[in-house]
Amino acid sequence: MLSRRSLLSGAAAGGAALTLGGGLRPAQAATLTIGFIYVGPKDDYGYNQAHAEAAAMLKKMPGVKIVEEEKVPETDDVEKTMESMIQLDGASLLFPTSFGYFDPYMLRTAKKYKKVQFRHCGGLWTDKDPMNTGSYFGYIGMGMYLNGIAAGYASKSKKLGFVAAKPIPQVLLNINSFTLGARSVNPGITTQVIFTGDWSMPVKEAEATNSLADQGVDVVTMHVDGPKVVVETAERRGMYVCGYHANQAALAPKGYLTGAEWNWITVYKMFLADAQGGKALPNFVRGGLAEGFVKMSPYGPAVSAEARKHIDAIKAEMMKGGFAVIKGPLKDNKGALVVPAGTAYPETAIQLESMNYLTEGVLGSIS
Amino acid sequence: MGALETVTVAMVAGALRVSTPFLFVSLGECLTERSGRINLGNEGVLVLGAMVAYATSYHTGNPWLGVVAGAIAGALLGAVHGGVCSLARVNDVAMGIAIMLAGTGIAFFFGKPYVQPVAPQLPRLPLGFWASAPPVKSALSVSPLFFIGLAAAFAMHWFFRATRMGLRVRIVGDSADAARALGLSIDRIRLFATAAGSALAGIGGAFLSLSYPGSWNEGLSSGQGLMAVALVVFARWNPLNCVIAALIFGAAGALGPSLQTVGVTKGYYLFYAAPYVVTLVILAATVRPGRALRGMPGELSIGR
Repeated sequence: MLSRRSLLSGAAAGGAALTLGGGLRPAQAATLTIGFIYVGPKDDYGYNQAHAEAAAMLKKMPGVKIVEEEKVPETDDVEKTMESMIQLDGASLLFPTSFGYFDPYMLRTAKKYKKVQFRHCGGLWTDKDPMNTGSYFGYIGMGMYLNGIAAGYASKSKKLGFVAAKPIPQVLLNINSFTLGARSVNPGITTQVIFTGDWSMPVKEAEATNSLADQGVDVVTMHVDGPKVVVETAERRGMYVCGYHANQAALAPKGYLTGAEWNWITVYKMFLADAQGGKALPNFVRGGLAEGFVKMSPYGPAVSAEARKHIDAIKAEMMKGGFAVIKGPLKDNKGALVVPAGTAYPETAIQLESMNYLTEGVLGSIS
Repeated sequence: MGALETVTVAMVAGALRVSTPFLFVSLGECLTERSGRINLGNEGVLVLGAMVAYATSYHTGNPWLGVVAGAIAGALLGAVHGGVCSLARVNDVAMGIAIMLAGTGIAFFFGKPYVQPVAPQLPRLPLGFWASAPPVKSALSVSPLFFIGLAAAFAMHWFFRATRMGLRVRIVGDSADAARALGLSIDRIRLFATAAGSALAGIGGAFLSLSYPGSWNEGLSSGQGLMAVALVVFARWNPLNCVIAALIFGAAGALGPSLQTVGVTKGYYLFYAAPYVVTLVILAATVRPGRALRGMPGELSIGR
């Protein structure tokens, strides 16, 4: 076992030395090869599709070659995928798009291939990480806050539901933003959260949506990779639903209120322009509604005129920048003060990316 | 409603909603194993059945045609397994894994264009028309496939007990020597039992994509086909026990989400493991060391 492993790593190192030192890949000014890696199928009506749609748009631009691989697990497999994209396809810019790819897999590969640029979606890049790596993400929590306002107006039972995969910071921020948005309409509203345990569990997602409906929840939203099952189940149970990742209005023509969508093409075009212009790519990229990283689905028929007016007003304020969803005094759902009075975290605040609590009004626990 | 009632209603609802694919796959596996062969490929059959049923329903607009197509696709894949396993020195466990991978692979490859479209769904029987509480009403809106599965279980029980053909399947499954002495064609009977078993598993797949959760995507099965194969051991190769096993599994699967809705939010990973814990406990309680499992067909390759 030991000998085979050392043999393999020796071969890989030799290959790397050959490519780097031997100049097998002369600078190809003409085409830039970009690799996209997805954790799930790229037509999942959700997270992966949002990236893949942007990749498809990028493909049409001149001087670009796109290589893609879907359903790559967050394990050593992603390292192999990255290596083969670099070695065999000659990719010089990689976008591993799933949260779990960042540490240690992408960081390790980046140290090995210093001339290749790695930009990761969702990771928390710091200046201690290799300079040829970086991360980008969108402040979609703002969209979830707007979803929450729509839900707050639509709900009659004052009980909302949230089907979530895992309690990581981005998911918690979405749950909290959704709840705070709804409670800005009516402070008596609560959000019941159900964690399914993984990013794609169709049967559990359907079960979770059904048990929320049984409990009298009448508006549901979600943070899972493919929202299709939750949206369809909610529509069948006569609930309202707020979308996530992409526009799911077609799946719930009656109950779809609005949705928080990614608009990744903005980010990818920006990286591409820098790479083709010979400029250094930024390491830490974040943007929200104002920057065009995130957008909202068009309103569904169930959104009242009053709700539209309220959402449009808050959205206009967000577009100006500096709007804070998470601001003190804010208690978590166990009663502890998590944000003191006078402190406000606008969307750009780095503290939000290590969130580890559920706010007051959320029923559920993260462990 | 109180918390206990909520969880109870949710578990009954879960049993009625989630159990059907377990029921069909375990019945199919039961038939195959009673003929003396194991088909681990039923996980692949389940996924392929789901995909073919969804695609057929989408193109023809008739979900029942989808169910038929799912069954046919399952039977074909099962026939491949049965055919190859009848060759000399082919191990049915290894071949089953190959069929499983082939089935899921084919389904993913041809299923790509069907992830996005919405196909017509199977109707449900509104058995909760008398109830006023919406949770009860929704819990009792049951797919007709569930009742077809129940009927199939009783039919299979009768088939094994009271028909000449059922007796032949049992002989072939219990002792190949006795079957040869009687002049039975072992390979043909096993081929039939494997294909028919996989057709049932294909119907289970059709339930997944056309009833509950009622949508086609690649994570749809998440191992349910394999669990159903284990359920057959749990059910002691008895079709009626398969019904009970499938219901327990469905109910246990609903435990995790419903407990979270009533405020038991700690340790949800543990509740999600409930079906597996139940299996382990029952197996541990009923198995005695040093003895073959009661009810196990004598020709099964894992028993010899």
